[in-house]
Amino acid sequence: MLSYLAKRLAGFVPLLLGISFVSFMVMAMAPGSPVDLMTDMNPKASPEARVQLEKYYGLDQPLHVQYRLWLGRIVHGDLGTSFSRDRRPVLDKILEALPITLMINVLDLALILMLAIPIGIYSAARQYSLVDRITTVFVFIGFAMPSFWIALLAMMFFGEHLGWLPISGLRSLDYDSMTTLGKVGDRIAHLILPVGIAAVTGLAGMSRYMRSSMLEVLRQDYVQTARAKGLSERVVLMRHALRNALLPVVTLLGLSIPGLIGGAVIAETIFAIPGMGRLFYTSVLARDYPVVMGITLIGALLTLVGNLLADLMYVAVDPRLRKR
Amino acid sequence: MLRRLRSNPLALTGGVIVVLLFFVALAAPWLSPWNPDDFDVKHVLEAPSAAHLLGTDGIGRDVLSRMLYGARISLLVGFVAVGISTAVGVTLGAVSGYFGGFVDAVIMRFVDVMLTFPTFFLILAVIAYMDASIWNIMMVIGLTSWMGVCRLVRAEILSLRERDFMVAAEALGLPSSRIILNHALPNALAPVFVAAILGVAGAILVESALSFLGIGVQPPTASWGNILTEGKSTLGVAWWLSVCPGVAILVTVLGYNLLGEGLRDVLDPRLKSR
Repeated sequence: MLSYLAKRLAGFVPLLLGISFVSFMVMAMAPGSPVDLMTDMNPKASPEARVQLEKYYGLDQPLHVQYRLWLGRIVHGDLGTSFSRDRRPVLDKILEALPITLMINVLDLALILMLAIPIGIYSAARQYSLVDRITTVFVFIGFAMPSFWIALLAMMFFGEHLGWLPISGLRSLDYDSMTTLGKVGDRIAHLILPVGIAAVTGLAGMSRYMRSSMLEVLRQDYVQTARAKGLSERVVLMRHALRNALLPVVTLLGLSIPGLIGGAVIAETIFAIPGMGRLFYTSVLARDYPVVMGITLIGALLTLVGNLLADLMYVAVDPRLRKR
Repeated sequence: MLRRLRSNPLALTGGVIVVLLFFVALAAPWLSPWNPDDFDVKHVLEAPSAAHLLGTDGIGRDVLSRMLYGARISLLVGFVAVGISTAVGVTLGAVSGYFGGFVDAVIMRFVDVMLTFPTFFLILAVIAYMDASIWNIMMVIGLTSWMGVCRLVRAEILSLRERDFMVAAEALGLPSSRIILNHALPNALAPVFVAAILGVAGAILVESALSFLGIGVQPPTASWGNILTEGKSTLGVAWWLSVCPGVAILVTVLGYNLLGEGLRDVLDPRLKSR
């Protein structure tokens, strides 16, 4: 297990270098130098200050030296300072928003798995039944549905029309005066729409995948054997087939992480949730390049970590991999 | 092949939707009852009526006409973006699969790196540096979505490499470019075609999301995404502004997905989704 982990981590090094290189190139391709951008916003910047800034960013050096300097700062956790009025370090801003995005994504994944696995099993076990056909139709619609559109409709229906759920932010205005129980309830009420909407779109893919994976497994000889020795269908499905059918789903879980993180931009913008996605969106609009680059990098890192977790889960689920 | 496509009801539905969309997009100037950019301050946010079948927007423009012109935009973005991603993906995939070795390793690591970035982040990051024009958007969507096709083509070429006709072509001393173009690629086109059709659906979704966020197709050019943006601000007042574009996007994406999945079944019965 440990050697496997070490091998995986070693494989990440070239990947990390590649990620940093692509990020740097996107940044270097940008028209105008970062110094222009900073001094544009501050007309009082003296020529001396400009030279100093250029020195700091190494802009008087050739591109490969710039890359090395930049990489050196990144490795030390220095993602630069935000261009926005607060001038705070980019890392602080991201670390403040990150837990919110992670919380929503984890809730989201949990909800998707809780629903998708039973739906997939049922559809596979009763292939072509009425329920299977209906879910197939819903899956196709779910795939095609723009998530921001369902979000709008849900806001219109549950928020404006019925008035049941809050449609923006993470807490009510009177949050501070609430009892502990009230605070928990308030938080949950604010999370229902964003998490629910994201789950609806994710559900389609995951349940479809679970179904085809289960169908694949059900055709294997050992399932036949299990049935032949007179086990009940329930035991065959839940004990023998399910475990193997879950393996590809774990892989898909790892692969779906970049999509989830990227999707946070839309969901958090619509529901005004102060997470990483919204921070990214506002930074793009404000052309706050250090924050944009910082979040892009962190997003890629999160994907790597997610893939690693999925791999480890895979090893934990599949004993055959442990022996290697 | 056409007969098999016809006997597949899902693919047929998809095909009909796609053909209809093409017709609507091409005939938009003749089908539109109004000029999509003409505003009329006396008829603002009017509900659907005989004069304006889908109502009017915040400055009195006819929503139906704007929807029809929006179909052009989504079609244009879908096809150009997929054209770019397919061209890049096929080229890199073919080179990678055919030459193997170091070239293959470099290209495949590059694919890994690109796949690690959340695509939406990458698109937005690039847009932060450029102006959000429709051409830039198509470029960016295309250049951030070629990785799947690249892997697909590489895998196909790798499996073709050992086949007799490829070995023969090499023994004849044909130049690599000719072997790839004339002998290998034609055999790998079917899955690429399916991926491209599914890709159009994906590109249309991304474009509408970007336009909805205000960093895609810029007003006054009508796109389904930016009509929805107005729908958001008039949520309780003008339901038609949020319902119409959403349904249009849903039906379009559904059409391409059905057609793509159907073609996959027809072109390769082995992969038929059981």
